[in-house]
Amino acid sequence: MDKLKQLHKTLVNNKFINYTVVFFIFIILFLLINSGVINRYLSNLIIMILIMIVMATSLNIATGFLGQLHLGHAAFMGIGAYTAGIIGIALQDVIASDLLLFLVATFGAMITAGFAGFLVGTPALRLRGDYLGIMTLGFGEIVRTVITNLKSITNGAQGLSGIPRIMTFPIAFWTTVIVVTLIFLFMNSRHGRAIISIREDEIASESVGINITRYKLLGFILASMFAGVGGSMFAFKESFLAPISFNFIKSVEIFVIVVLGGMGSLSGSIIAAIVLVFLPEYLRDFNQYRYLLYSSVLIIIMLYRPQGLMGTKEINFIKIKTWIKSKYTKVFLKGSD
Amino acid sequence: MSVLTVKNLGISFGGLRAVDNFDISIENDELVGLIGPNGAGKTTIFNLLTGVYIPTDGDILINNKSTLGKKPNEIVMLGSSRTFQNIRLFKNMTVLDNIKIAYHNRMSYGLFGSIFKTKKYRLEENKAVQIASELLDVFGLDMYKNDLAKNLPYGKQRKLEIARALATNPKILLLDEPAAGMNPQETEELMETIKLLKKQFDISILLIEHDMRLVMGICERIVVIDYGKIIAKGNPEAIRTNPDVIKAYLGE
Repeated sequence: MDKLKQLHKTLVNNKFINYTVVFFIFIILFLLINSGVINRYLSNLIIMILIMIVMATSLNIATGFLGQLHLGHAAFMGIGAYTAGIIGIALQDVIASDLLLFLVATFGAMITAGFAGFLVGTPALRLRGDYLGIMTLGFGEIVRTVITNLKSITNGAQGLSGIPRIMTFPIAFWTTVIVVTLIFLFMNSRHGRAIISIREDEIASESVGINITRYKLLGFILASMFAGVGGSMFAFKESFLAPISFNFIKSVEIFVIVVLGGMGSLSGSIIAAIVLVFLPEYLRDFNQYRYLLYSSVLIIIMLYRPQGLMGTKEINFIKIKTWIKSKYTKVFLKGSD
Repeated sequence: MSVLTVKNLGISFGGLRAVDNFDISIENDELVGLIGPNGAGKTTIFNLLTGVYIPTDGDILINNKSTLGKKPNEIVMLGSSRTFQNIRLFKNMTVLDNIKIAYHNRMSYGLFGSIFKTKKYRLEENKAVQIASELLDVFGLDMYKNDLAKNLPYGKQRKLEIARALATNPKILLLDEPAAGMNPQETEELMETIKLLKKQFDISILLIEHDMRLVMGICERIVVIDYGKIIAKGNPEAIRTNPDVIKAYLGE
């Protein structure tokens, strides 16, 4: 009994509560999917949401925390997706375990996407604001065109097919949890603080000794690497890749999620990703009106919450718990007198 | 020992000679004022000293090391730190985080440490919080430490900027119009703060200021420039009666 209490304490009472909540969400979704309550269509949608969460939180490093306008994120996703897809096809008979295959491919995707981030970041980060936005946009189109024309490797516009379809809910879920946790921990270190200080005021940041070139590049590379992870997840989910999937529209879709959720808030990106992937699907009943509705929702949110749903705040279950507790104690005290 | 030595400093923007033949030597523990009419080149000199502009000629030595060819963040490491004419705080960060950023280079844990929260991470972060709180205490800002910097009143924002500059552990502090926009009472308070921090942190200060009461009140030595050239040097008394200075400010 004492041991149970102890366990309850470690799981619920202290800092592990966030992990506990995540674990419970996983268990519930896992059971629902396995028992068939959530059908195949919905579970596919959930995996798509998880991929968009990875994409949005990674873009948040560059756009939300570092404060740079970045309109070519889908290109890095594409580089990651194609790398993972090609590795997946080549090694599917060599590596028996699905998980291991995914990990190896994702590692490759992170390296190529990260390297691309380094190549683009070096010249791009001399630019600011709109100019950087246009340059990243241009880079995105270059990547798409290169993928289309590299027929020998990527099979061009016909698309790369035959990638093993190994993306299951548990793999997608835990990959997403790991990515978000890594980004969160990184942002709460001195390196993350340095990156946020660049967003706040570049000149002041330099004047207190921050090497802004280095940290801009680091932020850019990290964002690209995690975009590679998102791309790898996408490749193994779809089993088919076409260059058109990683065009400018995709970049904007990711960008909208970040802005809507709040630039600089990871939980905001998560909520916005859920909303913006579900919304168009649920509005299917309204047929041609759905994009009208979708756009209206965006406009209304931006009018009433220009800083995004969450601003720069994060959801923290420790705070929620103390808030609920204080609410209950108040009710309890009121009841007693 | 001289903390800051400037020899023959000059910069031209095209045909305009913004600063010409500027010499200054600041000893340890000295408080020097840099004054001059609007557009005389005071802030340009600050930007040269901190590496924002690259001088056309001359040399700058901080602690006997030349700053030439160094980036602003590397010059900070040599031991000089500055504030800005228009306050530049990290507005959406807490007061405490504003100071902690200035400790960045005194911490050494890497990416691995930040992800796994190693012992080194915890030790260094805790120490940074402790030192930052002590520093805020000196400036009477301790009670605001969890507020966002943008929510502080104006005078306190100025103080926070000075505190942040001090957090980089400088040998010389460059203050660009610290009393700009302050009311007389806030200026009075600022004068006390500057005197206090000079004593407590054992540093030299070079300040630009238009408020003559502040300059004459606390500076030990004053340098006056006009059109990028030094027109007078000396103690406050000598400057007050110097005919060249009066001419520069009031005309003939």
